[in-house]
Amino acid sequence: MSAVAPNVALFVTCLVDLMRPSVGFAAVKLLEDAGCVVSAPAVQTCCGQPAYNAGDRADARAIARQVIEAFEAFEAVVAPSGSCAAMIKIHYPGLFADEPEWAARAEALAGRTHELTQFLCDVLQVDGIAAQCQGIATYHDGCSGLRELGIKEQPRALLGQVAGLALRESPKAEACCGFGGTFCVKYPDISAHIVDEKVDDIAATGADTVIAGDLGCLLNIAGRLQRRGLAVKARHIAEVLAGSTGAAIGES
Amino acid sequence: MDATSHAFTANSRRALSDARLQEALHRLADGFPARRRDAVARLPEFDQLRAEARAIKDHVLENLDSYLERFTAQVEAAGGHVHWCRDAAEARQTVLAICRDAGARTVTKSKSMVGEEIAINEHLEAHGIEPVETDLGEYIIQLRGEAPSHLIAPAIHLSKDQVAETFKAAHQDFPAERRLDEPRAMLEEARAVLRKRFLEADVGITGANMVVAETGTVVVVTNEGNADLTMTLPKVHIAITGIEKVVPTLNDAATILRLLARSATGQDITVYTTFATGPRRAGDDDGPDAFHMILLDNGRSALMEAEFRDILRCIRCGACLNHCPVYSAVGGHAYGWVYSGPMGSVLNPGLIGIDEAHHLPNASTFCGACEEVCPVGIPLPKMLRHWRERAFGARLVPAGGRTGIRTWAFLARRPRLYRAMTGAVMAVLGALGRRRGRFRRLPLAGGWTAARDLAAPQGPTFLSQWARRGRK
Repeated sequence: MSAVAPNVALFVTCLVDLMRPSVGFAAVKLLEDAGCVVSAPAVQTCCGQPAYNAGDRADARAIARQVIEAFEAFEAVVAPSGSCAAMIKIHYPGLFADEPEWAARAEALAGRTHELTQFLCDVLQVDGIAAQCQGIATYHDGCSGLRELGIKEQPRALLGQVAGLALRESPKAEACCGFGGTFCVKYPDISAHIVDEKVDDIAATGADTVIAGDLGCLLNIAGRLQRRGLAVKARHIAEVLAGSTGAAIGES
Repeated sequence: MDATSHAFTANSRRALSDARLQEALHRLADGFPARRRDAVARLPEFDQLRAEARAIKDHVLENLDSYLERFTAQVEAAGGHVHWCRDAAEARQTVLAICRDAGARTVTKSKSMVGEEIAINEHLEAHGIEPVETDLGEYIIQLRGEAPSHLIAPAIHLSKDQVAETFKAAHQDFPAERRLDEPRAMLEEARAVLRKRFLEADVGITGANMVVAETGTVVVVTNEGNADLTMTLPKVHIAITGIEKVVPTLNDAATILRLLARSATGQDITVYTTFATGPRRAGDDDGPDAFHMILLDNGRSALMEAEFRDILRCIRCGACLNHCPVYSAVGGHAYGWVYSGPMGSVLNPGLIGIDEAHHLPNASTFCGACEEVCPVGIPLPKMLRHWRERAFGARLVPAGGRTGIRTWAFLARRPRLYRAMTGAVMAVLGALGRRRGRFRRLPLAGGWTAARDLAAPQGPTFLSQWARRGRK
């Protein structure tokens, strides 16, 4: 990483691109505030996880090749999602076990890919988030970020710098929310049961906001909170850190 | 048992609406994981042991033939017999033949998942021999005509009241007005019934948590001591296990034992840990006159050759079940065959076929909690994904889901088309949802909106806004 103005590509993720662009712009702000030069290549679409996890390896490989080509020129690739970052970082190299040239390119990209809070905390060592946010929040650890990338302390360290925000931990912060990508529509009854437990648990903390680093989890949790008429708001960590206080997820 | 894994969706719906089952599953989720965590915290070298156990199992799988031959030679040297069985039918016939040779009328059994796998109870009953389960949980579900719902806690799906009802119906010799509201009372009653059955059994069948190549020893762990009575009182002891359960040495067995109970129940060690080698020797105080070892393949060697070898490291502790959000939601019976939870979702397709079991690897959120707690580091999500690849390739995935994935991939591979299509759709949805910020219902999104609201997209996509700002 160059000492001044690292050249960073934002892998915006399809969910953020389509559903909640404000998370992408918040990520851009955080990276620029930390001195990065940020690009968002227009040829990006999706990391290929839906195909990969459905067992459609051929499509997953084709999409991975496209991502590698689009992003390999950058010093660093940052995604506001543990799940998509883990797809590139952990799973891409394994997709090319029988194609050494592509495997090497996938490995190289994997080494330069980071989840947003990990990049801010561990690589850029950001200390001095200027945001303000009054209230009590609880943090939900997304499964991929937690177990595949080891993200646990970074979001908490960053949120600890937000003025006015009190963090209240849930003992079950690491429990899956039941989203699971297409799992939530393939097995909707089971998914609903799991997200109910998650929502009960969030409500039990007494927090007014649930924060997470993955929009998939957040859409699921927010959707269930709202269906049950619970007043807890759901926000992506990038928005909280960037001080963007527009409507919370699913609110107007 | 007949598999109902193909009906997983219906099975799971039934389980989700069964209030007593849900209570039982909550008790399980509140119990085992916390006890495991405490046990691991008390043992600083736990991760080191995990690495050692994994290495032992990998080494065994690399050299399985030679260790099985060594084990066989040692059992025979100790005066026992070893039967290599290719499949469930061969194992059933072998067990039945041994029981007939012994003139058996009743057979006691201690808990064995391989026994479930080959459906030995049904086979013995069909041939006039009465099997009696002696593990308390197994005994309860045998009375109820049910299958185990958990690797190590077979009756975990039942409440105390259900057990009391079952005992009152089955134990007609006891006073009808007796009180059975405490576990202790039920335990005493089961013990009184089973004591007689232990003494009259002609053959005892146990599983084996491990078998040791260097000594020809069978290792069996229980918390009730029932395996010891099962293997020492009758004239004949039959132990049944899968071929992957062999370990090279007693030291290796000790390494795995240090992980097994901690991972399973959070105990440092089970109440009984028994090492049995061959039949009774001259000078032994007790033990069977004959010892038979059944080594079952039943699809395991096919898994060895494929991308599923790592599942054969499994030591059946049940930790992956206890930490799985899907198992915790639906319980073991929903999986529709012997093994359940993450390990079952990898193993069952190998043993009964992906056609029957294709739901199981698909019904996972890939949260990874299973792999995190596995004492032998089995990459369970990775293997579930491999089964999904087989299911997808064989078109076992519902057509709608398959089309959805392929359509999305088609778009994702064409960035220009993706931007045009998604840009238009999101603009419309954004406008429609702007007032409320979310949808309660939306065409084609019924799977999502049945239980949750769907946040409305903000409108213009990130990429379109980025381009409009003239940025790259």
